[in-house]
Amino acid sequence: MSMITKLLLIVSLLVSPALLASGGGENLDSVYINLADKGSLRRGAHTFVNYCLSCHAASYMRYERMAADLEIDTPTLVENLMFVADKPGELMTINMASEDAKVWFGVVPPDLSLTARSRGPDWIYTYLRSFYRDESTPTGWNNTLFPSVAMPHVLYEWQGMREAHFDESHGVSEFSGFEQIVSGEMSEAAYDEAISDLTNFMDYLAEPAKLVRYRIGFWVMGFMLVFIGLTYALKKEYWRDIH
Amino acid sequence: MSLLNWIDDRFPLTKVWQEHMAQYYAPKNFNIWYYFGSLALVMLVLQIVTGIVLTMHYKPDADLAFASVEYIMRDVPAGWFIRYLHGVGSSMFFLMVYLHMFRAMLYGSHRNPRELIWLLGMVIYVALMAEAFFGYLLPWGNMSYWGAQVIVSLFGAIPWIGEPLAEWIRGDFVISDATLNRFFAFHVILLPLLLALLVYLHIVALHKVGSNNPDGIEIKKNKDKDGIPVDGIPFHPYYTVKDTFGVAVFMTVFLGIVFFVPELGGWFLEKDNFAPADILQTPPEIVPLWYLTPYYSILRAVTFEWLPGGAKLWGVIAMGAAIVMFFFLPWLDRAKVRSIRYRGWMYKTMLMLFAVNFVMLGYLGTVNPGHVNLIWFKNVTWAQIGLVIYFAFFFLMPIYTKLDRNKPEPDRVR
Repeated sequence: MSMITKLLLIVSLLVSPALLASGGGENLDSVYINLADKGSLRRGAHTFVNYCLSCHAASYMRYERMAADLEIDTPTLVENLMFVADKPGELMTINMASEDAKVWFGVVPPDLSLTARSRGPDWIYTYLRSFYRDESTPTGWNNTLFPSVAMPHVLYEWQGMREAHFDESHGVSEFSGFEQIVSGEMSEAAYDEAISDLTNFMDYLAEPAKLVRYRIGFWVMGFMLVFIGLTYALKKEYWRDIH
Repeated sequence: MSLLNWIDDRFPLTKVWQEHMAQYYAPKNFNIWYYFGSLALVMLVLQIVTGIVLTMHYKPDADLAFASVEYIMRDVPAGWFIRYLHGVGSSMFFLMVYLHMFRAMLYGSHRNPRELIWLLGMVIYVALMAEAFFGYLLPWGNMSYWGAQVIVSLFGAIPWIGEPLAEWIRGDFVISDATLNRFFAFHVILLPLLLALLVYLHIVALHKVGSNNPDGIEIKKNKDKDGIPVDGIPFHPYYTVKDTFGVAVFMTVFLGIVFFVPELGGWFLEKDNFAPADILQTPPEIVPLWYLTPYYSILRAVTFEWLPGGAKLWGVIAMGAAIVMFFFLPWLDRAKVRSIRYRGWMYKTMLMLFAVNFVMLGYLGTVNPGHVNLIWFKNVTWAQIGLVIYFAFFFLMPIYTKLDRNKPEPDRVR
């Protein structure tokens, strides 16, 4: 390796941490994404269809595809997960007209197909665990990650009601913690688990191909390494007489 | 071989094969830097092939475009694979082109008699930037939309004709369905045709004068009694097998990214582009993809409002000049030797500084100018320092390449 090549390698090694560490200013709780856990994905799908899919659509996704990927049989799918669609091949759309949504919420609830890609799973996980009571807002709910969000706390029966505490110093209020005022159906750990499952499902929902991508990828890498070996041997053989 | 004879009587098939492959003599001392040209060609072919497949399913319509891309990602068999190949492919294409250009600057491949190869290459580079820019609007994500909005509005900085010109490009007062349709036409017809033609001319020009090599000396000066350069070897089979090995290594890295990290942490596919275009919602940070950010940095580095015509106009001029400078490189370099191996410390230092500076400008183009991401200064201050270094490399080149104490070149390649 020439000196220049070495120098360039060193430079690229020095700058790469700076390049990879860019972005992300918010403090987000990290969530463990495991798409191999089909049980978690099915629980997440159940929550999603029951609680999210009445206001939010996932209009790029088909029920049938979800059922196939999550190993849900068709009768179970039709009975437990399809409330507004007639056929399993339909897209996961909703019946609420966007004009109505604008009147009721002030905004059209965004499509959730790709939220795990546009905001990231950690954002979803943190957001759904950051609601608190706030009588000053139209819905009576607020969110520390997304202040004045138009969405009410849909899962409050699970989590119960919480208040947020803020420390005022030098005119800047800083969030200091939540306080449970009415307990919910779930313990804090159980609620976190349910949101973790939901986030896991939304990560799948954002890119169903992820389920096969890694699996095929390993075979492709294996093939390519063999191919590198063969082409290298071929090159060596042809170049034997060049000095 | 009567069929071959039949063809050869009507078309110079064997002649072309001999002249450009089997009896085209390339220097035998190519090193790792000489893989990137053939890899760039592989990327061009791959982009065209994957692009054709994508076009079969994509809808260039503001109401349908975003959904049609998700349709490709979910419902088209292996559509996600084709789309990632194309999206990641654009970044890999630029990576190959940048390394290919840097190779020329290392070994003086742009110097007499190869100026035309360099100029044609630079036109390819500019066409490629246009191709990437037009293509980036097509997914109709929010960053597509606002990226196009910002770049087209730059034309608005031109005095007098600016605003009408920007409007003419967009076909509307803002980026809209009309813009999407024409960008689609440019992306899939105009620029691919142009690129194919330019790459053809680039190779024709190369084969007229022959390749340079890491020693920067002419192999044609030493010929044997048959008129074959003693340090030359036939392109086929020697370099076809060698480049096949290069392609194998490159494809392993490329496919590794495609299968395991297609977004590459937001560097190849940006987060904001997974939200559909929204005229009411500006992304927090509007940035082009990494291969255009060095110039974006230069644009944003010009913040001096006291300049006649305003800072924006001069930013656009600086950005344009930054690209144009490359065209003059063969004539700015006054050294007697070509290769960095025989140059003095001045060119070596300046070229390394330029490379590091280019990467720094690229990074700065992706972050908020008002923040501090490197040490000591705000990002915009670093970008201003970077701008000075960038232009100093070119403007001072006739001086330092003349003053440099170069070493004597060898008679034969090493």
